[in-house]
Amino acid sequence: MEYAVEMLNITKEFPGIKANDNVTLQVEKGSIHALLGENGAGKSTLMSILFGLYQPTSGIIKINGNEVTINDPNDANRLGIGMVHQHFKLVDCFTVTENIILGKEPLTKYKTVDLKETSKKILELSKQYGLDVDPYSKIEDITVGMQQRVEILKMLYRNADILIFDEPTAVLTPNEIEELIEIMRNLKKEGKTIILITHKLKEIKEVADKCTVLRRGRYIGTVDVASTSEKEMAEMMVGREVDFTVEKPEIEVGEKVLEVKDLWVKNSRDLDAVKGMSFSVAKGEIVGIAGIDGNGQTDLVYALTGLSKVEKGEILFKGKNITNLTVKEKLNCGIGHVPEDRHKHGLILDFKLKENMIIHEYDGKFSNNGILQFSKIDEYTDRLIDEFDVRSGQGKETITRSMSGGNQQKAIIAREIDRSPELLIVVQPTRGLDVGAIEYIHKRIVAERNKGKAVLLVSFELDEILSLSDRIIVMYNGGITGVVKASDTDEKQLGLMMAGQKVEGVSNHE
Amino acid sequence: MSKKYEKILIPVIAIILGILLGCIILIISGQDVGALFNGLVKSATGFDFSKPSSGLNLRYPGEFLVSSMPIILTGLAIGFAYRCGMFNIGAEGQVIVGSLASCMVAILVPMPPVVGVIVCLFAGGLAGALWAFIPGILKCRFNISEVVTGIMLNYTALYGANYFLKGLPESTTTRTVDIPANASLSSEFLSSITNHSRLHWGFILVIICVIAYWFIIEKTSFGYSLRATGFNKEGARYAGIKVNKSTILSIMISGFFAGLAGAVILQGTFGYGRVMSAAENYGFDGISVALVGGCNAIGILLSGLLFGLLKVTQPLLQTSGIPKEIGDIISSSIVFFVAIQYAIKYVLTKIELRKGKAQSKKAGDVQ
Repeated sequence: MEYAVEMLNITKEFPGIKANDNVTLQVEKGSIHALLGENGAGKSTLMSILFGLYQPTSGIIKINGNEVTINDPNDANRLGIGMVHQHFKLVDCFTVTENIILGKEPLTKYKTVDLKETSKKILELSKQYGLDVDPYSKIEDITVGMQQRVEILKMLYRNADILIFDEPTAVLTPNEIEELIEIMRNLKKEGKTIILITHKLKEIKEVADKCTVLRRGRYIGTVDVASTSEKEMAEMMVGREVDFTVEKPEIEVGEKVLEVKDLWVKNSRDLDAVKGMSFSVAKGEIVGIAGIDGNGQTDLVYALTGLSKVEKGEILFKGKNITNLTVKEKLNCGIGHVPEDRHKHGLILDFKLKENMIIHEYDGKFSNNGILQFSKIDEYTDRLIDEFDVRSGQGKETITRSMSGGNQQKAIIAREIDRSPELLIVVQPTRGLDVGAIEYIHKRIVAERNKGKAVLLVSFELDEILSLSDRIIVMYNGGITGVVKASDTDEKQLGLMMAGQKVEGVSNHE
Repeated sequence: MSKKYEKILIPVIAIILGILLGCIILIISGQDVGALFNGLVKSATGFDFSKPSSGLNLRYPGEFLVSSMPIILTGLAIGFAYRCGMFNIGAEGQVIVGSLASCMVAILVPMPPVVGVIVCLFAGGLAGALWAFIPGILKCRFNISEVVTGIMLNYTALYGANYFLKGLPESTTTRTVDIPANASLSSEFLSSITNHSRLHWGFILVIICVIAYWFIIEKTSFGYSLRATGFNKEGARYAGIKVNKSTILSIMISGFFAGLAGAVILQGTFGYGRVMSAAENYGFDGISVALVGGCNAIGILLSGLLFGLLKVTQPLLQTSGIPKEIGDIISSSIVFFVAIQYAIKYVLTKIELRKGKAQSKKAGDVQ
């Protein structure tokens, strides 16, 4: 068997941790090879080594059978290795062609950039692999799925034979995911080798030939995907049996805590983002808001929590009008908010963990005449760290930036839940987290519901919405396309509504 | 490498590199390197290597402290705003209006001793705070960069102050009358123990300010909200902190420190108001001081002393034939090396990596 990529006994040490510990990855030529592991398992480190961003502490890399050293991404490109990053590296106001040739611009005989010929070439490439990209459109005018295809084209244009995809489906809609899988199959047909980094088992099962599993930096094994079940792969990844189902006892739904009436909100570009939404959340229920990213969910939450202005309509909290209260006033009413973007909103990353824990109460119970009460703060933070199992290098003194994503998120959840708010608004609570952390956070959210709190859950992950919610509101283009009971619906029906279609027998209001 | 260690190591390396660069230039231009070090030691301690028999001349350390005081204060000013995410380049203008206000109050309002000193200092600080309020409010209301408005206000302050200083009773075209003794920081006693230097009581104020800076930023809930805003505006907004209020207050407190610097120069160093043809760069020195001091209280105190030392050594160097610009070269290259701290960090990690590799190789040999 001929291998396109062989990474043999790779070890990579950072001060204090072994990110990769004697990992071996062998990828057959012309195959799709998945790299599976939780966050922090060392997938990204391993791929960064292959792409020349890091140097391994020890170990050998072979490309097409020849031993190589890869000092930087330029070396990787010369060896035919290309990478589609999770966050695209594109210039928004440039056209597709301009982005693809950036850094390696072909010139005409008058020494101007030869856009015409290259555009033709790109069009051909695009056709050959079924990518369907228009070389003349600007990046800012095309969808995220299209932008990803531009990244793929960029690699193909540079004659890459080994393509690394870093969590490529994280940003895509269900439909786009299917198309991407088709594209990957086409690439394979044309003889390209693909390494797919992911933690989504369903996709691996669908597209990959082989799967290598890493756990805590160590090599666990390589399996044949066709003959291995999703559950088996999950257990290899986590190292124990996993339970994907969330226990949720039936409980009585109480009075309405949040009522939203004909709410209109504008986004940062001054366009209507939420267009006349009305809904409510009651005690003891989790209401899930499903929808594809960018359909007004963010602006809805901003308006509810006071971060954005309400254009029209009313927000009632336990019958009291709180429409235009400030952020602080709304928080003090009894609203907790786990924000969508934990780096932008949830945490001050350069603060110590303990400083982040008191961000709502720093001028309340943690200060006395304007002076911070550090003994109280320490005690409180230690308790939360203990109760919510937040792990970090130096405990409460850790600079938050250096903590893992899962523990950062646990810290936010701890802080918000401990305030015991009557309405908990959670947005994308488990984005980018590993299976263990997801399990835990889901349990805590359901526990709040069981205590009789109202929970509004906004998530782009259908699985999460389906397993946690009691009722589901589907948002599309700033409005509601359907309100359903979680027990009466399935992924397919929700998918249709998320794409804006009305489904017969489903009402679009409460 | 731990963050704390790095925070201290980088400025120290920068300082060493800066002085080294100064030495190299001296050697290339055929000057005496020893004179540079002798000058620095003499300014700091009063001891002269070339004339060891003459003992300590405390006039030099006295003057050294005098030149350090205002730039420590402007360093605190720049640092305070910076911790809250503002770049108060207008500190220069705030120094000037601080000086002006303290001068006007001192000359126009008769006051009893001690009270006079305090009232005049306060007037200076307040004027600086109000002057800083202008870029602050413009930033919050209309999102106008405080850098642009700050620089423009520096010129307004300079020429405006000259107009008012010349308008004071009995002023000449270059200076005002001496301020009354009741408003002056100067001290017969301090001067006498330092061989007639201009050393004055301002150092007590500087110490109070350094402590206040540390206390406000690190220990109070107000400082907490300022730091939160400085690190992450959106994060602060999410938590319900009033970002605009924090921003304006922080630049006003910054202006208060700068205004105090102006008052200290007037009431301590000179004792009269000076009509100036150009700004004296106290505000800009403050930027260097804050940068090298890492915007924390002790760091600013130490780097303020360092820059004060370099400043006061310049005329000394001139007497031994070294151009005074060499002092400027050293201080600006220190700032330069701190500014490129990422490069220094890069080199440090490389060295550490190499050490690590060598060690693992050794371990490998044993196996």
